[in-house]
Amino acid sequence: MVQVPTQFDVLVMPNLYGDILSDLCAGLVGGLGVTPSGKIGANGAAIFESVHGTAPDIVGLDLANQTAMLLSTIMMLRHISLHDYRNKIRTACLDTIRDKKVLTEDLRGKSKLYLLSCAKNAVLMSRYCSYSSFSTDLRSYLAMLA
Amino acid sequence: MAAHSAVLSVSKIINPFWGGRLGNTVKVFGTTLTSHRNKTQLTGENIPPPAKYGGRHTVTLIPGDGIGPELLNHVREVFRFSCVPVDFEVVHVNSALETEEDINNAITAIRRNGVALKGNIETKHTMPPSVKSRNNLLRTSLDLYANVMHCQSLPGVQTRHQNIDIMIIRENTEGEYSSLEHENVPGVVESLKIITRNNSLRIAEYAFRLAREKGRRRVTAVHKANIMKLGDGLFLQCCREVASGYPDITFDSMIVDNTTMQLVSKPQQFDVMVMPNLYGNVVSNVCAGLVGGPGLVPGANYGRDYAVFETATRNTGKSIAEKNIANPTAMLLAGCMMLDHLKLHDYASSIRNAVFTTMNENRLHTADLGGQGTTSEVVQSVMRIIQSKGQLTAEL
Repeated sequence: MVQVPTQFDVLVMPNLYGDILSDLCAGLVGGLGVTPSGKIGANGAAIFESVHGTAPDIVGLDLANQTAMLLSTIMMLRHISLHDYRNKIRTACLDTIRDKKVLTEDLRGKSKLYLLSCAKNAVLMSRYCSYSSFSTDLRSYLAMLA
Repeated sequence: MAAHSAVLSVSKIINPFWGGRLGNTVKVFGTTLTSHRNKTQLTGENIPPPAKYGGRHTVTLIPGDGIGPELLNHVREVFRFSCVPVDFEVVHVNSALETEEDINNAITAIRRNGVALKGNIETKHTMPPSVKSRNNLLRTSLDLYANVMHCQSLPGVQTRHQNIDIMIIRENTEGEYSSLEHENVPGVVESLKIITRNNSLRIAEYAFRLAREKGRRRVTAVHKANIMKLGDGLFLQCCREVASGYPDITFDSMIVDNTTMQLVSKPQQFDVMVMPNLYGNVVSNVCAGLVGGPGLVPGANYGRDYAVFETATRNTGKSIAEKNIANPTAMLLAGCMMLDHLKLHDYASSIRNAVFTTMNENRLHTADLGGQGTTSEVVQSVMRIIQSKGQLTAEL
């Protein structure tokens, strides 16, 4: 996993090994700020949450990376078969990270929380919204802030 | 420790009845009996093993399976070439047999010689559950309670992270490897993980003493005490108790899942790590992967009276056996660790330097490091470097 992680596709394992390996893989892909998870029960009950802890030291400072929570929401949307919404949000989210212009501290960026979400919305709106002038205003506002 | 306290208690019983004379005899007997034990308590200061005749040590060699035999042959070749005063007593262990006769022979040989160098013995999954792992049997019978692994970044090996220098001390005899499982209800298996106060104190004591000897500043205990509150909780408590006796060394603890994440993102923060058996297995393999792979890191198993040296990640390497592509570095460095243990430091440093020169300066790498070299080429290069340093050697 540390030498050639790309050889793996799907891994299934008991509880303890899963705990260890999931955190190891999270470390490989960028940390707990970008790792979503879902807990699926036998009767269809499911809980989707990010794997990171409560991080009390950065509460209220606008430093948290909400990608993990957003990706977990995307997993939930897929679980409840809202594929359209899921695809839109997912593309917006991944594009924002791929652009690398608006990233939080744990991904070695300098932006704060609200800017990241705004950036994502901007990408979303610019693609799917007919009110394109609104999204242009938003982007120029972001450029001013950044 | 146990023998010492047993003799003391015996002398306490006898003294009141017999007064001074017999009590004194018991005390004298007690001192002679326990002095050998006390000397071997210290880490790395074990008295030289007794199998030394005519200035030559005898060491048990267990070839094992897969790449073990060929790598150990190379080690013997290098030792013969460097005129190292070590004779090997080869004991074969057939992993396909269900009887424990082979491994018992090996254990007796190690008891006789005190030191062993071994390859990994395969544990086939197709064998019935009553057939225990031979490696595990060896470790528990000889009470090799500490598995020590030193992971260091080598300048000649390209890895994602540099400047790694971690010592991992893994409890080797209990924990999840106690081989205690039962199935009272069909389809429901219960596995026992054994954590004892004595063994946890022992391994923590070993870790702190080793840290002090090597001048290390920080010891990290790896655990999962938030879930296994009694088992890992006991381990952590024992580590804390021992830590209080070493105020010059910083002690902290980390949960195993966080540890693996930190290892793949910031491995330079770790110094010495101590942990129970299963976490040791996982963490040591992760660290070996971080510094370049299983072909580079040697490992040692220390007990009170015996020491067994092998590769750190204990791979059999069946798929690359007899293809001349295995990396001999780990086994050669394990041989050097063994020579240090036998106090043959000059030979150890000359072979170790030759291996590092081959690895770092000549950049002669085998396939696992992305190079084109074969095992024999690497070994020949090591021997040539040893010869060029001007020491007494045999014919190339």
